[in-house]
Amino acid sequence: MDPQNKQNMRSPLARAIGLGSAKEGVGPWWAERISAVALVPLTLWFAASIIAHTGSDYATFIVWLRTPLAAILMILLLIALFYHTALGLQVVIEDYVHSATKFAAVIAVRLGCCALATAGVVAILRIALSG
Amino acid sequence: MPSPTTTRPRPLSPNIQIYRPQLTSVLSILNRITGVFLSACAVVLVVWLVAAASGSQAYAAVQGAIGSWIGRIVLFGATFAFFLHFCGGIRHLVWDTVHGFELRSIYISGWTVVAASVVLTVAAWVAGALMGG
Repeated sequence: MDPQNKQNMRSPLARAIGLGSAKEGVGPWWAERISAVALVPLTLWFAASIIAHTGSDYATFIVWLRTPLAAILMILLLIALFYHTALGLQVVIEDYVHSATKFAAVIAVRLGCCALATAGVVAILRIALSG
Repeated sequence: MPSPTTTRPRPLSPNIQIYRPQLTSVLSILNRITGVFLSACAVVLVVWLVAAASGSQAYAAVQGAIGSWIGRIVLFGATFAFFLHFCGGIRHLVWDTVHGFELRSIYISGWTVVAASVVLTVAAWVAGALMGG
């Protein structure tokens, strides 16, 4: 039996499974919404905290950032923020860039967001765990 | 049967600049522009945090840049961009639940987003000024 014949013996359902956009295709769309929902309280908390520390000196600011609640929420903010940023920028790139640079641009955005989120989280951990 | 190599200019859809801007279209593109702008602001956020982790001197340098008059203008723009994207994002999340698609609802929610963004931006800067900024 040649491979072509073997292919034809598969049921229509077997051939269709894995080829459509069902379920997995909406993954990035859902991820953008879920990160957006997470960012609603996180960004409001961040904005309120920054306003509250407008007149603070360096030492006061660091003492605040060392508290577990501030460190945890700050790390969660960075993760949700850069996840949401990567998804959003990818949609913008896919809408406007149609040349071969599209793929490179999407990869650059993803890697850049990963690097920035990591740099931010490490900065928070350095502050939170020092002294 | 026409030759397969025959080509003629195909009709193109008109560019967006020939349409009169409407609240709906302006808010749509602003949501995207503010998103891209806020991505750049997120980079500044990381620079600021890395400076804070590096020590008081690096932190003071970044704080000085943000506190300069050009830094304050950008920060004010970032505040408004944040609240516009924030309120516009909530509007989108409501739409995702298949609510508020009637023309009247769309305009009410649109102007609510604009008004709320202005009020929240002013409130944030007044609060910041009261805290000693």
